[in-house]
Amino acid sequence: MKLQEITESRHNFEECMKCTVCTAYCPVLQVNPLYPGPKQAGPDGERLRLKDPFFFNYALKYCMNCKRCEVACPSDVKVADLIQSARIRYDKSKPKLRDRILASTDFMGSLARPFAPIVNGITGLGITKAALDATLKIDRHRTFPKYSGRSFEAWLRRRSREQAAFPEQVAYFHGCYVNYNNPALGKDLVKVLNALDTGVQLLEKEKCCGIALITNGMSDDARKHATHNVSVIRKAAVDKKLKVVATSSSCVLTLREEYPNLLGVDNSDIRDSIVMASRYIFERLEKGATLKFREDYHKRIAYHTPCHMEKLGWGVFSEKLLRMIPGIEFTLLDSACCGIAGTYGFKKENYESSQAVGEALFSQIRSVNPDIVACDCETCKWQIEMSTGYQVLNPISILAEALAD
Amino acid sequence: MKFNSVIIGGGLAGLVAGISLQKEGLSTAIISTGQNALHFFSGSFESLREPAPRIAELFSEAGIGIHYSEGVRLMPLGTFREAALSLDDVSIFPTSHFARKALIVGVTGYQDFFGSFLAEGLEKKGIQCRLRNFSLPELDTFRQSAGEMRSVQIAPILDRVWESAVREIRVLLKDEDAVILPQIFGFQDISVPGKIRREIPAKVVFAGTMPPSVPGIRTQRLLKRRYETLGGTYLAGDEALSAHVHKGTVHSIVTKNLDSHYLEADNFILASGGFFSKGMKSNPFQILEPVFGLDVEFASDRNDWYDPDFMKDQPYMGYGVRTDSSLRAIAGGEMMENLFAVGSILGGTRPELGSGAGLAIRSALAAVDEILKTGKR
Ligand SMILES: Cc1cc2nc3c(=O)[nH]c(=O)nc-3n(C[C@H](O)[C@H](O)[C@H](O)COP(=O)(O)OP(=O)(O)OC[C@H]3O[C@@H](n4cnc5c(N)ncnc54)[C@H](O)[C@@H]3O)c2cc1C
Ligand code: SF4
Ligand code: SF4
Repeated sequence: MKLQEITESRHNFEECMKCTVCTAYCPVLQVNPLYPGPKQAGPDGERLRLKDPFFFNYALKYCMNCKRCEVACPSDVKVADLIQSARIRYDKSKPKLRDRILASTDFMGSLARPFAPIVNGITGLGITKAALDATLKIDRHRTFPKYSGRSFEAWLRRRSREQAAFPEQVAYFHGCYVNYNNPALGKDLVKVLNALDTGVQLLEKEKCCGIALITNGMSDDARKHATHNVSVIRKAAVDKKLKVVATSSSCVLTLREEYPNLLGVDNSDIRDSIVMASRYIFERLEKGATLKFREDYHKRIAYHTPCHMEKLGWGVFSEKLLRMIPGIEFTLLDSACCGIAGTYGFKKENYESSQAVGEALFSQIRSVNPDIVACDCETCKWQIEMSTGYQVLNPISILAEALAD
Repeated sequence: MKFNSVIIGGGLAGLVAGISLQKEGLSTAIISTGQNALHFFSGSFESLREPAPRIAELFSEAGIGIHYSEGVRLMPLGTFREAALSLDDVSIFPTSHFARKALIVGVTGYQDFFGSFLAEGLEKKGIQCRLRNFSLPELDTFRQSAGEMRSVQIAPILDRVWESAVREIRVLLKDEDAVILPQIFGFQDISVPGKIRREIPAKVVFAGTMPPSVPGIRTQRLLKRRYETLGGTYLAGDEALSAHVHKGTVHSIVTKNLDSHYLEADNFILASGGFFSKGMKSNPFQILEPVFGLDVEFASDRNDWYDPDFMKDQPYMGYGVRTDSSLRAIAGGEMMENLFAVGSILGGTRPELGSGAGLAIRSALAAVDEILKTGKR
């Protein structure tokens, strides 16, 4: 046993028994002939790369980091971590301007927000989209997420006294998307938690979790964000003993797993404190707290498990929460990737495979024909709304909508 | 979180148990770290023949076609074996001389299909064989990039362009009365193998390939979907680490992803598979069951665990956890009141339940019956 601990290989790659199961579950491999697939890009490639970095293959950039290969692997090989680590270590190409722009979610947000109506107008224009397509290779089919006029942080800060009055407290890692694009989701969370007699606090100035920086080849920047976020989360989780909740499954996966595994930033003292809001709420209800729901709420909801929620293994909490709402007719969609993978699907060269990946999910949604698709990821929301026309809401927003006043 | 039953392992045994319990209105969760032996499935359920009505119903409700008749089936390397209950992909013949002449068609660049072995085996049975390959433009693009071409890469493409494949095969076909193809059709669309059979004017036989098994993965997906449609909770990629046990009764399970959130239940089913799935592990001194520390039957001398002749039956394959006749597991000589062991983790300890997939299904149903019995008590 001791010996095994010493000889344990990085990301468990030596555990690979070459069973090829991961190849069956890689959404990219099935649509993009240029991608070598998880087994070759991951454990097989790692063997070669360790011999000589020359064997690093730039086609690894096609990996969406969805982690479905890891969920499928019977030997616990961290296939996607291997691939992303290899990109961090060996990819010497400088990220393009486009990738830097797409990755800088918080920077973009703080620039765009004061001019929200103008920016929304501009990025929505056909001519701008054509220009972005031609100059930056951002696919013209994409709709940019709208920027909201006032940030969520500003909204909540003005309510900090009122929130502090609740007997229970949590800290909220809202992420860039809630802050700049969809403060409504943050407000929904506050509404639900307040109904559980719980006040919501901001962290002491969070930064973007950094997931887009990692996948766009800016790991040094990502590491700075990680170090900063770990220190502000520590103040809430260790000093104040608060749970830190989030509404985005990708933020949570990044904070809990990617920081130590890909960026080498130690989060061991705070990892367990970071949870999805749906898990936090479910556990509160299980311990006896109650929520009162409207009697006239009737909706047909189809739940899509985002890839990173699947990897966390916590889709069950969102599912059970939604099923608790009386008047909801619930369908669990087959777990499948929607194809967007954060900024991946925004890139012109990925647009086609991105849509092809999502097709199985889209056609299932069309056949279920729900009132609302529920899912815990903002980029899935854009992708599913664009591709199917169905409205997509975070389970927390559905919960808030169904609450009795 | 609390359920009536928590099942550890989401392979064939776990899914059959989960589906059956959900159908009886009992709430269940399945924890499954990684995928399972169905990904290597030949398409035949060893040790099962004519299916009992409840087995037939279970598969038909999941949308999976199965059949049995007396006779033989063709193995991937050109030998024949006695028929077993099979997916519709697998052909069963009254005798091994099922054709006069066979055209064996592979896919250019796909090396996981053993056409020449098949030909050798069939010629021994007096069936003349001709070997050919086909390709399609859609498959060519894959070949360019692929250091390897795997079943699961080409199968989704073939789902879309199977009609072009049929056209190519018809061009190759001369006076043969049988066409043998690799089992790589119907990855998402289960109707494809049947359509191919109808469109080719000869007896079409799908022969096994190297893994991953296309019919096996499809079977896994359909069973899982059926389970979830019945309201079951499938925790993919999670691992049962340990259990809280008090006086022979299991109270809850600790998992990797849910950490401090324990899964509680009245009953627990251990369907964690054999060595391959890590349901059992070994070290130089012993063979152990890692979640509950159950008693495992194995030879005390390590040299007796295996036969140096690789091709012989290996004794360790028969090792499994000990249970009583109701499949309740045994730890430290004591019976566990509410823990049942099913599927490959039983090894050869219960020969009366058969082997392979037959063991998985029969033992899962037996455990379900026990749980229903105690529920009614
Ligand atoms: C390579 C191979 C090919 C086979 N082919 C055939 C065939 O063609 N026909 C046939 O009849 N039989 C075949 N078998 C026999 C096969 O074992 C059975 O058919 C059957 O599929 C076994 O099902 P099971 O559910 O018992 O185990 P498995 O399919 O092995 O499933 C066990 C599952 O439990 C999971 N697990 C293990 N430990 C834990 C844990 N601690 N927490 C959570 N999950 C856990 C594993 O990841 C796995 O997903 C084959 C076996 C192997 C290994
Ligand atoms: S992370 Fe996703 S895209 Fe990347 S290899 Fe794994 S399954 Fe494929
Ligand atoms: S599933 Fe895991 S063990 Fe199998 S080939 Fe992929 S990485 Fe290797």
